[in-house]
Amino acid sequence: MPGARRAAALAVSLLFAGCAGDHSTLDPAGPSARAVATLWWIMLGGSAVIFAATTAALVLAWTRPRIFGGDPSRPLVLWGGLILPSVILVALVFAAFALGERMIGRSGSTDLLRIEAEGRRWQWEFRYPGAGGLATIDTLHVPAGREIEFSVTSTDVIHSFWVPRLGGKIDAIPGHRNTIRLLADTPGRYGGVCAEFCGTGHTVMRFEVIAHAAEDYDAVLARLAAGEAPEEMPGDRP
Amino acid sequence: MSANPDMISPIKLHKELARLWDTPPGWGRFSAVNHTVLGKRFIIAAFVFFSIGGVLAMLIRAQLATSGSAFVGPEIYGQIFTMHGSIMMFLFAIPMFEGFAIYLLPKLLGARDMAFPRLTAFGFWCYIFGGSILIVAMLAGVAPDGGWFMYTPLNSGVYSPGINADVWLLGITFVEISALSAAVEIIVSVLKLRAPGMSIDRMPIMAWYLLITAFMMLFGFPPLILGSVLLELERAFDLPFFDPTRGGDSLLWQHLFWLFGHPEVYIIFLPAAGAISMMIPTFARHELVGYRTIIVAVIAVAFLSFGLWVHHMFTVGIPHLALSFFSAASGLVAIPTAIQIFAWIATIAHGRPRFDVPMLYLGGFFVVFIIGGLTGVMLAMVPFNFQAHDTHFVVAHMHYVLVGGFVFPMLAAAYYWLPHFTGRTSDHRLSVPAFWMIFGGFNLTFFLMHLTGLLGMPRRVETYPMEAKWDWLNLVSSIGGFIMAIGFALFVLDIVVQARFGMPARRNPWQARTLEWATATPPTSYGFASLPLIEDRADRLDPEKLGPALARGDGYLGFTRNGWMETLGVDMVTARPTEVVVLPRSTFLPLWTALAIGSFVLCLLFKFYWLSLLPVAVVVVLFLMWAAATGNREDTPPLDIGHGQSAEVHWQVERPPSWWAMTFTLAADGVVVTSLIFSALFLRVVAPDWPPATAAAAPTAALALAVIASIAAAAAGRFGVGRLKAGASPIAAQAACLLLHVVALAALAAGLAGIDDATRHAQAAMLAAVLGLAALHVAIGIIFAGFGLWRAANGYVSPRRSLDLRIGGLWHDATAVIVLVCVVSGVLLALAAGGEVW
Ligand SMILES: [Cu+2]
Repeated sequence: MPGARRAAALAVSLLFAGCAGDHSTLDPAGPSARAVATLWWIMLGGSAVIFAATTAALVLAWTRPRIFGGDPSRPLVLWGGLILPSVILVALVFAAFALGERMIGRSGSTDLLRIEAEGRRWQWEFRYPGAGGLATIDTLHVPAGREIEFSVTSTDVIHSFWVPRLGGKIDAIPGHRNTIRLLADTPGRYGGVCAEFCGTGHTVMRFEVIAHAAEDYDAVLARLAAGEAPEEMPGDRP
Repeated sequence: MSANPDMISPIKLHKELARLWDTPPGWGRFSAVNHTVLGKRFIIAAFVFFSIGGVLAMLIRAQLATSGSAFVGPEIYGQIFTMHGSIMMFLFAIPMFEGFAIYLLPKLLGARDMAFPRLTAFGFWCYIFGGSILIVAMLAGVAPDGGWFMYTPLNSGVYSPGINADVWLLGITFVEISALSAAVEIIVSVLKLRAPGMSIDRMPIMAWYLLITAFMMLFGFPPLILGSVLLELERAFDLPFFDPTRGGDSLLWQHLFWLFGHPEVYIIFLPAAGAISMMIPTFARHELVGYRTIIVAVIAVAFLSFGLWVHHMFTVGIPHLALSFFSAASGLVAIPTAIQIFAWIATIAHGRPRFDVPMLYLGGFFVVFIIGGLTGVMLAMVPFNFQAHDTHFVVAHMHYVLVGGFVFPMLAAAYYWLPHFTGRTSDHRLSVPAFWMIFGGFNLTFFLMHLTGLLGMPRRVETYPMEAKWDWLNLVSSIGGFIMAIGFALFVLDIVVQARFGMPARRNPWQARTLEWATATPPTSYGFASLPLIEDRADRLDPEKLGPALARGDGYLGFTRNGWMETLGVDMVTARPTEVVVLPRSTFLPLWTALAIGSFVLCLLFKFYWLSLLPVAVVVVLFLMWAAATGNREDTPPLDIGHGQSAEVHWQVERPPSWWAMTFTLAADGVVVTSLIFSALFLRVVAPDWPPATAAAAPTAALALAVIASIAAAAAGRFGVGRLKAGASPIAAQAACLLLHVVALAALAAGLAGIDDATRHAQAAMLAAVLGLAALHVAIGIIFAGFGLWRAANGYVSPRRSLDLRIGGLWHDATAVIVLVCVVSGVLLALAAGGEVW
């Protein structure tokens, strides 16, 4: 079954490969996004089965009611309405809980790098503690392969910090500081957006994440802090 | 059913009843209070608003059809999508169901009208005026533009300084008055105005659905109304309830909004599900399978729906464990929904199904709603929600749920009940292509939109770059949207053609077995010439036989007397007739009252705060005129109701509809008070910048006096009722009640005056709000006490006619409790913030 599912997922991914821009949650570039994408494909498959079964029940009820036996309400209402949905939901809720604990529960990792993200109308400012007061606007530099905890807030209205290919979003709320942990597997460029409507500039409140090779990261930050352009950008490689 | 001994001819009976019940012609149409007239007006108005919302949707799809579109800029686009959502939710879905409920309920229950016809009319005018304010603002280019859920601080004064957000807060709250009055009216009508013998376990299933929905409205709308009032207070007077720089919190708004907003989804869906539960048995030619199971399921949905609101807020930073409870509850709600769906399928399996146009549309419902339900379960899973939230995936999901769960069933209902409305049959020519265009267009618009969202397209963006590669998906959605729009145009055309040129239908064209088909079609203003005795479950009746018998006057009240418009009130559970409810004649009072409230709203909108007191005074006077128009100065002997039985007139019984209406209104009021106190607690615990540097203090002595005085006022009111029932004069006690309220008001005013600056910090603002709410109750208590005094002094009360004083008494009792609770909360708020208490 998982093999078949993977094959199906692959087929669909390939179908949309041409249209997956750098904001696609279905083209994950980190463990968080990958886990959610997997969850999505499983739920999609399950939903397709449930939808087909329910529609079939409706059509059969209309055309061949005998199939449900002498008292159709028992198999339909008891099994279709109560027992099967309960079993599926319990399984799904627990699976999602386990996944959520890994993604947004407390972290076990001690190797967390902290970066502050501050939304304001209509740009993002990123600050890198321990990098000489370095702050970048609308470009976020991260090391690949290392888990980062973003501390997200806002100075005006509510925004939402979202890098779809890396993982879920978290709201930037004035007066509150929220955190989310993300990890980019490989060096590269990933699109980021403000996901919460924040006024007329909401659409243009985009940013870019640049994941550098972990060994280069400190040097990149140092150069940025010195006001130079980072020499080598991952996306520029041939 | 036994024949009425002194029976008159059906024609003569019709003429007598029609003379009393018909709405006057010409300008008199504005005085209509009749449920058939107003139900139709609600439905038509809701459809007009739906069309406006649909045009806005077309503008959205035109804008998003291609990348880099410059059709409208972000300022206009914000207004377009905010108004689209607001119109569809508040000016279409809720009023549409209210219209259906108002039109159908009395006919389903075997009553001649709703319990409070003037309230129906009042609700209608509030809806029209509130909705018009929004539409006019849109035409003037100052429509709300901060999203239909109006998040703060975006919609606070600092970031939305214009009038736009005020239009939403005031206009929508105005419309909510009609939703709350409809809720009270539906509850009381279902519980009290049923045909004799229609015990609670014999009610048609639609009545159950509407009853439960109305209770949800009663508890769901108060948090929104409170939130809107608080936000408007912040915008108008700078009270910082939601301002994070002064101890407020934007999350408070989100909690209040979604505490309403999630039940709202089920408030929209359940009446439609009720309609489905009426239609499926008719076309399956088998009674509904699992009548009791469905009732239990619907009650479960109602309870659960109040425990899910946080799933709209998964990404605001609430700890994961807490999110998981809301996630599980959100998944759980799928079970009672699945039970309903499978009960409908089982009904079909048990019956001998027959296909017709309404079933075609219900097929659309099944497909679309099930998909919406499945994506709903997906979104209820926290990790997936973190990705899909605020993307077009949610836009797609929400449209599958709302269009599937409301629009398709309502289209089916339109074709099902249209012969009842018009007395004509449809010839099906346009309804089938209309269905396929709506259904196909809908899925074309929204099915792939799930993918658009997963490919990362956020909500509420007015344009997107070509590199994002969302072009073809959006183009497909836009094409689908226009096909759907053409389908709706065909539907309208079909309805108009049917209503104008359809063949006259015979009674009960679908061979339904519920009571509404026992009226004439189109129905007369009074619905039933006489009221039936129900001896079986109300979905096992034979309208073909029942209708002519009732028209002949064979049932209860098959006559007129005193020029009264009468219907029967029954025991809530057993439906034993208990009272003759005398309903009010056509009157312009609801229109004037709604106009006065409209002027009040406009005064607030244009910031004429002192001037706004004038319409408030007019509203009070007009409401007193409503109350003064009922009742009697003499005791009425028991009245003959037919079948050799008699009953008291309603103002002479212990618990008539108006007593229950006050009770349920107070329940909604209690939700307002509770929500406010929880808001204060929430800010104390969650908001940044607490405790304040300088806390506002609570003057304990004055506040204690307020509590004592309002408890004494309630006691005086009760004492007065006791005196009256014992045959003595209640006047002195009523006067004491009034005076004590005045004392309480003065004491609360002193407490409010003690807050030197309510704008400094949310603590002071909350203290002012809590004490202000208590003062508002006391002020209304003064009006009730004064009215009681006037009624007593003018002979409207007697030992048998104590209703006026007892309804006032309910208010006085509630006020005593509320003042106590508010004062205690206020003192705690002062103490917890480190403020002095003196
Ligand atoms: Cu933003």
